Amino acid sequence: MSDRQQPTNARLIPDRLTSRLKDNLMSWPSLLLVVALLIFLANSLASPYFLSPWALSDATFNFTEKAIIALAMALLIVSGEIDISVSGIIAITSTMMGVALQFGADTTTLVLVGLSVGLICGAFNGVLVTKLGLPSIVVTIGTMSLFRGISFIILGDKSYKNYPESFAYFGQGYLYWVISFEFVLYLLLAVGFYILLHKTNFGRHVFTIGNNAVAAEFSGVRVARVKFVLFCLTGLMAGVAAILLTSRLGSTRPSIARGWELEVITMVVLGGVNILGGSGSVQGVVIAAFIMGLVTFGLGLLNVPGIIMSVILGILLITVIALPTLLSKFKNRQ
Amino acid sequence: MNILKKLAAATALSALVLGAAPSFAETKIALVVKSLGNGFFDAAAKGAEDAAAELGDVTIIYTGPTTATAEGQIEIINSLIAQQVDAIAISANDPDALVPVLKKAMSRGIKVISWDSGVAEEGRQIHLNPSETALIGETIFKLAADYLPDGGDVAILSASSTAANQNSWIEAGKAALPTMFPKLNLVAVVYGDDDSVKSTDEAKGLIASYPNLKAIIAPTTVGVVAAAQVVTDMGLIGKINVTGLALPSEFKQFIDNGSSMAVALWNPIDLGYSAVYLAYGLANGSVAEPGATLSIGKVGEVTLDDTNSTAMAAPFTFDASNIEKFSKIY
Repeated sequence: MSDRQQPTNARLIPDRLTSRLKDNLMSWPSLLLVVALLIFLANSLASPYFLSPWALSDATFNFTEKAIIALAMALLIVSGEIDISVSGIIAITSTMMGVALQFGADTTTLVLVGLSVGLICGAFNGVLVTKLGLPSIVVTIGTMSLFRGISFIILGDKSYKNYPESFAYFGQGYLYWVISFEFVLYLLLAVGFYILLHKTNFGRHVFTIGNNAVAAEFSGVRVARVKFVLFCLTGLMAGVAAILLTSRLGSTRPSIARGWELEVITMVVLGGVNILGGSGSVQGVVIAAFIMGLVTFGLGLLNVPGIIMSVILGILLITVIALPTLLSKFKNRQ
Repeated sequence: MNILKKLAAATALSALVLGAAPSFAETKIALVVKSLGNGFFDAAAKGAEDAAAELGDVTIIYTGPTTATAEGQIEIINSLIAQQVDAIAISANDPDALVPVLKKAMSRGIKVISWDSGVAEEGRQIHLNPSETALIGETIFKLAADYLPDGGDVAILSASSTAANQNSWIEAGKAALPTMFPKLNLVAVVYGDDDSVKSTDEAKGLIASYPNLKAIIAPTTVGVVAAAQVVTDMGLIGKINVTGLALPSEFKQFIDNGSSMAVALWNPIDLGYSAVYLAYGLANGSVAEPGATLSIGKVGEVTLDDTNSTAMAAPFTFDASNIEKFSKIY
């Protein structure tokens, strides 16, 4: 760690493991912001279609739902846990909304079903991890198959469609001009999660647990309860994402959102959250979501094949992760 | 957030950039496939390029997701909308999930057709099927008749007795038999259940039961391979001609050894070619409505039915002259 004087406030626990180079100026979110702006600039130069309000608005749809899950996932990973089952939660949530639809549910009921199923799935993961003490990666790999499996059993090769007209608003509606409902909801949730992680005691507890769960327990932090709440939150956000995605697709199929868990976790890691827990910031994860959205949309405008996009995102991830480590090594040598 | 400010600034800037850009007369057509790296779709893209070369002022954007998901195709369609393409021709991963984004594309003035794997009616203007029941039924008998100028006994080795596809093709073929192929004598229809072992046994049974059998017609890719293998193994090459619907890559060896003169299946090159012609037509003023007749270039023309769907052509025939080429494609 750095040889700087730690702040005197005894309650403050360091929330990043990398050294504080010129503090905020060189912080991870600032670095990411620079990357994001560079990508924005590159996109503007590379394609004449990029700088159009509708194009940018359309681009947000490609990552908003994943980014919403990434907010909760960030907190979960900071606490030292992980949830691989989020795409499975989307599948089962969307399927249950479809089932409710068959019983004539209106839009309000559909949303309530979506939120509750997401929450219940998250709580189920939470109970398995905190009450039975199982490792979260194992539990959620299991529930990932379980949740999606139930969708496949219910739906097979069929699909649910004909959702009510008003339900389409969540994933396709605009609040004002090009500003979509989805996007505004995401920004509001981002502010909410920022406050939760960085401005509340609960957030401090999350960092404490991620740094040393045993020490946290002995310091009076109710570790199991905090973790349980985080799993519930992740399930709830997956439920929100399921509502938005189902509304955007206007239909449910059991293969919905397959493979999203990796993209969500990539956003979180790119956002500077330590995959081993203990450090990270919501700002970073938000900017990372924009970076991933901008890169994929920018490359999409140039009609770059998806497989090359994956390669570029991989290189970007490694570069952004490696850069601070290299910088701090360089600084230590001086 | 910062992006919002950028967005506002971008609006003003884009007006300048786009306003100054010269307007191109060329037609941009996006060929969106289920997933990239699939030989069938690469062949369709080749056909699309052929059509573009014929039409002259057309640019083809051949694209698709890495994995065959509806979400992946939606991301691609969003970027195509932003690029202001003139038309999208898609083979869809999901008939329903793509409807909202394709509706959005149509509302921004983009023409949308689906081909191969369709989109629900409200999400596209035309759907192009590779073929249709009557044409397939006629083709499977024609393949046998072409090599039996004097007629003779033929038998059908189908998939399962409940397979809706095969049953409807066989029925359509039987209906055409008296008028189009009067010399053919259909002696039996047996079912191999798309199982190699059962298909092999049924083929052997046919040969034992009907000593004058001249051709076995198998309108299933599993059955046709099994029958050709039986004919080869029993030394009946030249006596019994095996034909039906077959994948060129699986079936090449039997065309090569003479146990089959020709088989048929949908031709992806023609499919991509025709899809581009239809998309080009829509982008340049032709109207998609039930009953309308539209050109698909050298492949001919198609007439739209009540749901604005249409079928391209009879299945494409593979014989010794072209099996080499197509076996490398699919």
